[in-house]
Amino acid sequence: MRIRLFKEFIIEKLIFLSGIASILFVILIFVFLLKEGLSFFKEINLFKFISGKHWYPISEPEQFGILPMILGSLLVTLGAIIFAVPLSIGAAFYISEVAPGKIKDILKAGIEMLAAIPSVVLGFIGMITLVPLVKNVLHLPTGLTAFSGSIMLGLMSMPTIISISEDAINAVPKSYKEGALALGATRWQAMYRVTIYAALPGIIAASMLGIGRVIGETMAVMMITGNAAVIPHTFFQPVRTLTATIAAEMGETVYGSMHYYSLFAIGIILFIITFIINITADMVLHRKHK
Amino acid sequence: MVNPTFRITGLDAFYGNKHVLKNINIDILPNAVTALIGPSGCGKSTFIRSLNRINDLILTFRREGKVCYHNQDIYAKDVDVVELRRRVGMVFQKPNPFPKSIYDNIAYCLKVHGIKDKDKIDATVESSLKKAALWDEVKNSLRQNALTLSGGQQQRLCIARTLAVEPEVILFDEPCSSLDPISTAKIEELIHQLKQSYTLIIVTHNMQQAARVSDFAGFFLLGELIEFDKTDKIFTAPKDKRTEDYITGRFG
Ligand SMILES: Nc1ncnc2c1ncn2[C@@H]1O[C@H](COP(=O)(O)OP(=O)(O)OP(=O)(O)O)[C@@H](O)[C@H]1O
Ligand SMILES: [Mg+2]
Repeated sequence: MRIRLFKEFIIEKLIFLSGIASILFVILIFVFLLKEGLSFFKEINLFKFISGKHWYPISEPEQFGILPMILGSLLVTLGAIIFAVPLSIGAAFYISEVAPGKIKDILKAGIEMLAAIPSVVLGFIGMITLVPLVKNVLHLPTGLTAFSGSIMLGLMSMPTIISISEDAINAVPKSYKEGALALGATRWQAMYRVTIYAALPGIIAASMLGIGRVIGETMAVMMITGNAAVIPHTFFQPVRTLTATIAAEMGETVYGSMHYYSLFAIGIILFIITFIINITADMVLHRKHK
Repeated sequence: MVNPTFRITGLDAFYGNKHVLKNINIDILPNAVTALIGPSGCGKSTFIRSLNRINDLILTFRREGKVCYHNQDIYAKDVDVVELRRRVGMVFQKPNPFPKSIYDNIAYCLKVHGIKDKDKIDATVESSLKKAALWDEVKNSLRQNALTLSGGQQQRLCIARTLAVEPEVILFDEPCSSLDPISTAKIEELIHQLKQSYTLIIVTHNMQQAARVSDFAGFFLLGELIEFDKTDKIFTAPKDKRTEDYITGRFG
């Protein structure tokens, strides 16, 4: 009796620990970011940082404006979402509802492989195939554009969105579909009004995870988007993202310099953007399915 | 002699290599209740699920023989399965309302069939809930999620949903198996009323229920239709020893 209670106690505590571990890590990371980044904001006003149009961290006088990078990140992310989310949801439906057994297995294996390719490799492949293609087809001065970055990132997020959406669709009880069909719904009506509806929370979560991957991605965007820290006016010009800035410049900064701290400040901004997106998605989900 | 609604001849059904229905021959008459009884796993569900071709969803399912609905072979190539299922409704063993509001569960059926007029939808929601004896319990909470209803209420909602489509035949697969006696009585009463205007087939494990509600009864055993006759004949003077044993509770 004693032993059993003790076991219960241990198990309960272990589960509790693993539960809060993830939160703890997030908090630790945030605290570290704050510690390194906050000293930056003592010198430079936050508003000026966000709305500044020029990023000259090592010239004299130095200028720290990250508006071009914020817009660059948003543009590339938005493009990737528009490209990848509908396509992935369509693919997930094809795999789980339409594709015959053999094709289904092949597709699933293919998607898992795609997810396993490191992003540098994808970036490299994109650089030598997609970039010239965009340049030639659209007759642009350079193929290193936000557009190319969006496509590449979209492709990279697709495996995540597809496989999680597919799980969500498979988790919809078969009895819903049977019920709809038995009422004389067509296959499409059953899919569209019942299955998608029931799988929606999962599909939204899948898209959020995919978008999370897009925002946080560094290597591939750095190689494809051209890295010009100017305010973008169209999709078809070079941009630079927040992540690429951190990755590209971290190696060249002097430890403890303003430049060094500014990169952590960018990290904080990135963290906040991701946080806002997640919270918004959560709120949307809870309003829809309370 | 009236024309049968369904005429099934030489029906065999398989899941993969498993032979679950063997040479079934049966006529289902209109405006009557036909009850199907038999021990678990004998193929009753498989049988009624082949009447609206909902078993087509099961990839391993295969059938041979003919199922004619108003003299039309429903497994023929040119059959419009969607239209067939509209005319042959089905209430499943486990209540399966959609995870939407009570109102939307019924409105869905109408939208599926192209009815968009709000007044018409409102009227049908009300009339079908009334027919299914659910209206008084839910009339003030039509926007509530259907999954929050009790099992018996959910099943009556599923019946209401089926009625909203105005089918000609309704297949019931053990509609009362998860219900309390009061809900069961309500559904039996409903079946009694529906008989006037619909052709009903009901699978049940409850002998008293079969005796109470049906006009014809069929006894299945291990994939075979052992006996099919008027209900009072089956229950008072069964021809086959196995039927007698089953309904008197000596096996199964
Ligand atoms: N999807 C399936 N795949 C393979 N075998 C199946 C499948 N569905 C049913 N069977 C088998 O077919 C046989 C008949 O099943 P069926 O569901 O028709 O029986 P039933 O008479 O409705 O039983 P119950 O009274 O328990 O509902 C059973 O042996 C069952 O194991
Ligand atoms: Mg059954």
